[in-house]
Amino acid sequence: MENLVEIRDLKVEATTDSGRRVDIIKAVSLDIAPGEIVALIGESGSGKTTIALTLMGYTRSGCRICGGQVRIAGKDMVTLSERERAGIRGTQVAYVPQSAAAAFNPAMRIIDQVIEISRIHQLMPDGRARLKAIDLFRALSLPNPETIGSRYPHQVSGGQLQRLSAAMALIGDPKLVIFDEPTTALDVTTQIEVLRAFKAVMKKGGISGVYVSHDLAVVAQIADRIVVLRNGEVQEAGTTAEILTCAQHPYTRELLAAFEPKPRDHEIGVEDRKVLLEVSDLVSGYGPIQADGLPLVQAVKDVSLTVKKGRNLGIIGESGCGKSTLARTIAGILPAYSGNLLFDNRELAGTVRQRSRDQLRDMQIVFQYADTALNPEKSIEEILGRPLQFYHGLKGKQRDTRIDQLLDMVHLPKSLRHRRPQELSGGQKQRVNFARALAAEPKLIICDEITSALDTVVAAAIINLLKELQRELSLSYIFISHDLSVVEAICDEIVVMYGGRKVEEITPAQLKAPQHPYSKLLFSSVPKLDPAWLDALELDPELVRTYGHT
Amino acid sequence: MTPSVTLAQKFGYRFSWVGMIGLSIMLLWGIMALIAPNIIPHPVGEIVDEDYFGAISSRFWLGSDYLGRDMLSRILMGARYTVGISLAAVSIACFSGVVLGMTAAVVGGWFDAAVSRFLDAMNSIPGKLSGLVVVAAVGSSITVLIVTLAVIYTPGAYRFARALAVNINTMDYITVARTRGEGLVYIIGSEILPNIIGPVLADLGLRFVFIVLLLSGLSFLGLGVQPPYADWGALVHENVGGLPFGAPAVIVPSLAIASLTISVNLLIDNLPQKIRDRSA
Repeated sequence: MENLVEIRDLKVEATTDSGRRVDIIKAVSLDIAPGEIVALIGESGSGKTTIALTLMGYTRSGCRICGGQVRIAGKDMVTLSERERAGIRGTQVAYVPQSAAAAFNPAMRIIDQVIEISRIHQLMPDGRARLKAIDLFRALSLPNPETIGSRYPHQVSGGQLQRLSAAMALIGDPKLVIFDEPTTALDVTTQIEVLRAFKAVMKKGGISGVYVSHDLAVVAQIADRIVVLRNGEVQEAGTTAEILTCAQHPYTRELLAAFEPKPRDHEIGVEDRKVLLEVSDLVSGYGPIQADGLPLVQAVKDVSLTVKKGRNLGIIGESGCGKSTLARTIAGILPAYSGNLLFDNRELAGTVRQRSRDQLRDMQIVFQYADTALNPEKSIEEILGRPLQFYHGLKGKQRDTRIDQLLDMVHLPKSLRHRRPQELSGGQKQRVNFARALAAEPKLIICDEITSALDTVVAAAIINLLKELQRELSLSYIFISHDLSVVEAICDEIVVMYGGRKVEEITPAQLKAPQHPYSKLLFSSVPKLDPAWLDALELDPELVRTYGHT
Repeated sequence: MTPSVTLAQKFGYRFSWVGMIGLSIMLLWGIMALIAPNIIPHPVGEIVDEDYFGAISSRFWLGSDYLGRDMLSRILMGARYTVGISLAAVSIACFSGVVLGMTAAVVGGWFDAAVSRFLDAMNSIPGKLSGLVVVAAVGSSITVLIVTLAVIYTPGAYRFARALAVNINTMDYITVARTRGEGLVYIIGSEILPNIIGPVLADLGLRFVFIVLLLSGLSFLGLGVQPPYADWGALVHENVGGLPFGAPAVIVPSLAIASLTISVNLLIDNLPQKIRDRSA
């Protein structure tokens, strides 16, 4: 059978701001048979999205296809004119973007945007297109398929919007659909529904797909073949089963190894550790204060928890469950409306201004996005030097030696100290971000989703670093994440939050048997590497109705 | 290889040639203002030409004015007033505007509201009108001119800086600095200012142009720099009678004002990417 897609020796180059030319795709070749779903997997910057976009004859601004062929059903997208390409886009090749929320026009009804492709290409009358869209909504198991199209994008949930954008892609009966990390921005419980819907529709229509992702477990559920990319080159390609069971290339093995559960080695014995932080009945939120003295939006409701010295507490929950608000309230960035904070047996004031400098020093917070947490106009040296000077009064040579020590602690070369944050990779930035917290010599570090923006392999390295530093410096962490495997790897106790409340507190040993129904749903929704996992998974429909957002 | 490329290699900045022309004209006027007393061919106040509104000649390069004084000397000395007063006024306006703007963005709450409303009210008074009123009330001196011009242009600088600083203020690194316990001065000086300095400098240039034009306008109306001193606006004013004769004495100071303001605009529009897009 002839291949639908044949990419031969594809080369893409980018021109940097200083006019330098960089090859970002170096002679990549791959084939996709009709009805086959191929996953492109790799870390950020590996060129996976760039390759996917060339299938539409498109490159991002500043990039250029400088060699090779991209043949789709016999036509070479590289040599076609822009007009001919436009004719193919939407009818033969369609694209599902990462963030559906950003891809929909908020001022237009969904249905009008979904049938836009048929209108542009004059495929069918609007009435028929609408009926077809409703069929697609039904096939993608969207609720109220007849009426959901008449809503506006902000009136449906993120998971629904992602499926609606798939409907938009499928309306022109394309032969190939490109999925660009379509579930990365979704919660695990929502991700399952979306993945299931995609899989069913693609199989039914016999449509080929390109699935771009960095998450091997997600890819394992949906792809027939996997292509592993790194630095714009194909590292390894094979069927899903081959890649998962007998990967040859070291990078693929590294990716797989990052999925291996790494249970935390428990120190046995010292059970009567001192309590470091005690939070009781904390209420916090946003918006104007109501008549009852509570804020308009209560993001955290009556949460109590304790962190013991040298132990780690994980807080897990989906987006919007109040876990970040909780962290910010503990750190004093947001005021608590009621409840008590006890740190080191001393009452902790509600806001940063009322806390003593030592209290501030003892508790540091590390944010998710190192890009926004590090001032782009300052060198690494200035970023790390400031807390040293501010808290410890270090100057000159003492300060310089300490900066070197800190860089050493987070395994960064000393040569980085004069660089600016934007010259560093994502993982390096996160290490600097963490080193800044260490500079204060705190007792407790609050880590707010610090691995979520990182690639699997890099995130695993950061987690190892955190563990190592804990052994050396007897730190405690509050580790906030939506990723169960990360929390599991580092925490002694896990708090599950839902809708601003703490629903359960569990130890990793009990992970296999959580008690609360939401915890059960959450824990069973985490994708596993086993390709048959999604098909075999049976979720209690009652639970999904109560806690899911689909 | 053109000189701009070697400059680019040296500093990492890339100037377009239009920007270079703007910069050169601006620098030229700046240098002239500095060294004017040493290079003027004739004393400014002395009547040296028998003819009034004299034409361009080898003795009087730019002709003579309505009393027969040397125009070149008067223009060169006028540069001191036009450039000097405008520079002083724009520095005060931008300094106070930017500091207030950043403070309002960081402090927020009632301080922000009070300062913003007050300066908005100031902004709603037309600049030329309030200038006229102040000069009519307290009389015209160089100090009064500088302070008036600075006050007129502070609200604009405040709005601009506040808008930029509000965006930076939401960044996590500001939150980190706050949780560290940093004070206001450190946050606005070390965390926010380096991130908005590029646009703020561009705004400073633009505001400089506005002030030059307003000062020239006031002087043209006879309310600016007073005789025996004369800035370019005053030179246009006192020689306006030469217009029917096509005297260079009225055209040259106008050209001087135009060349300065246009060159600053050219420079701002062609600032190197690295400076202009720093906040991006």
